[in-house]
Amino acid sequence: MKYLCLIYDDEKKLGAMPKSESDAFMGEYYAFTEGIQKSGHYVAGEALQPIHTATTVRIRNGKVSTTDGPFAETKEQLGGFYLINARDLNDAIQVASKIPSARLGSVEVRPIMVFDQQ
Amino acid sequence: MGEGAVAGAGARETVDAVYRADSRRVLATLIRLLGDFDLAEEALHDAFTAAVERWPRDGVPANPRAWLVSTGRFKAIDGIRRRARFDGSVAELGRRVDADASGPAAGDEESVEDDRLRLIFTCCHPALPPDAQIALTLREVCGLTTEEIARAFLTGPPTVAQRIVRAKAKIRDARIPYQVPSRADLPDRLDAVLHVVYLVFNEGYSASSGTSLTRHDLSGEAIRLARLLSDLLPEPETLGLLALMLLHESRRAARTSPAGELVLLGDQDRSLWNRDLVAEGSALVQRALLSRRFGPYTLQAAIAAVHAEAPDAAATDWAQIVGLYDVLARADPSPVVELNRAAAVAMRDGPLAGLTLIDAILARGDLADYHLAHSARADLCRRLGRTAEARASYERALRLTRQEPERRFLERRVGELPD
Repeated sequence: MKYLCLIYDDEKKLGAMPKSESDAFMGEYYAFTEGIQKSGHYVAGEALQPIHTATTVRIRNGKVSTTDGPFAETKEQLGGFYLINARDLNDAIQVASKIPSARLGSVEVRPIMVFDQQ
Repeated sequence: MGEGAVAGAGARETVDAVYRADSRRVLATLIRLLGDFDLAEEALHDAFTAAVERWPRDGVPANPRAWLVSTGRFKAIDGIRRRARFDGSVAELGRRVDADASGPAAGDEESVEDDRLRLIFTCCHPALPPDAQIALTLREVCGLTTEEIARAFLTGPPTVAQRIVRAKAKIRDARIPYQVPSRADLPDRLDAVLHVVYLVFNEGYSASSGTSLTRHDLSGEAIRLARLLSDLLPEPETLGLLALMLLHESRRAARTSPAGELVLLGDQDRSLWNRDLVAEGSALVQRALLSRRFGPYTLQAAIAAVHAEAPDAAATDWAQIVGLYDVLARADPSPVVELNRAAAVAMRDGPLAGLTLIDAILARGDLADYHLAHSARADLCRRLGRTAEARASYERALRLTRQEPERRFLERRVGELPD
């Protein structure tokens, strides 16, 4: 079964990290990614650019409206994701708990919806 | 007809007895075999319906539980197959159920006990919201009806039903596995289970709101759950929690006066304490302490056991109680533990020593809204002859309490203060 791990970090906190620390943090991410590739959990994963690059798009009354910023302002921001293959939720929680940001921010684990094949 | 009717009546009684003793065991195994709570409940119902029909006619099977499991499973698969002709998505479920049937058979005692643990750990999975863990555990493990759970928690049956439906949907859709946690996860997951059991007990023992001080059935269910866990997984903290609940339960008759008024530990008629429960609880505390892997529940139980041994409040070994609170404060630091420790220090060293500690806790703002902190402070002020301060603290406590018997108790205390 596939699960999406949505990674939320406090961008301000990450931005304020000294270079040595943020290099070590990135190193942890490389090692984690390699680990879940080896274990067969990894399907996909990406990091996102910071929220100042975000644009929210809506169509209202037939007109496209674009606004600056994310859909909702929150203390922690969506900063990346992993799509993983896991046996069950416990297995997915195991993987999510090893994502380096679980320590500083939080990781939301969501099962992927499977639609019936017609 | 005569003999058949007698045998029939006996078989009907046997069905009822098996239902009371074993329906939760059968359900736990059916959930594993069928991989779905709702299917398993339906299968359980069908299996007992079949037993009511057939046992009086054909005789009670040698192993009623195994018969119920295989009958329930057969009926569920049969139902899935019939529905599959109309609905393609059910066909997939049918294949899965067939594939899963290779697991341990129903007659295997060990696997049945494992199924009960699987059920408990699944109902108390931390990915479920806390109130849903409680409702699901009472429904599936204890077999309470939605109406009984609603009455016990002073809420409406639709609310409870919705919690249970949502929890089952999450178990199914997010695929929460039906398993006992791995050794590495066991301590944390067992904590979550014990927490649910203790919440159920406390809800029964000291209802957080409402007019009746105790709700008997919930405390009884919690003790039954802890006994089951102690049999299946006798970890020290499981024994400690069971001991703690038994020792609290032993004081039930003494906690309220015949008029329904609250009686504090120090004022209780100790001849009313249930000595069998005290003996059982104290023995469990000893067992848990000897393991040297005990935690907060065992320590609280040890404190309760020291109280249980004392003939009256004055003869209590307060030094030992303060010592146990010191250990508890290190193992599980919390302002409430500090408050209880302060009350014990007041008994050991006098009210002023206790008051100094309580004022320090309140000065930090930690327990500003906790009615028991203010009533404890009021009591120490009263004993020190500081009437005005005592009155102010009792009144603060009165504004914060939501429970009718406690309110009456505090009003009585205010009334007894000298002018």
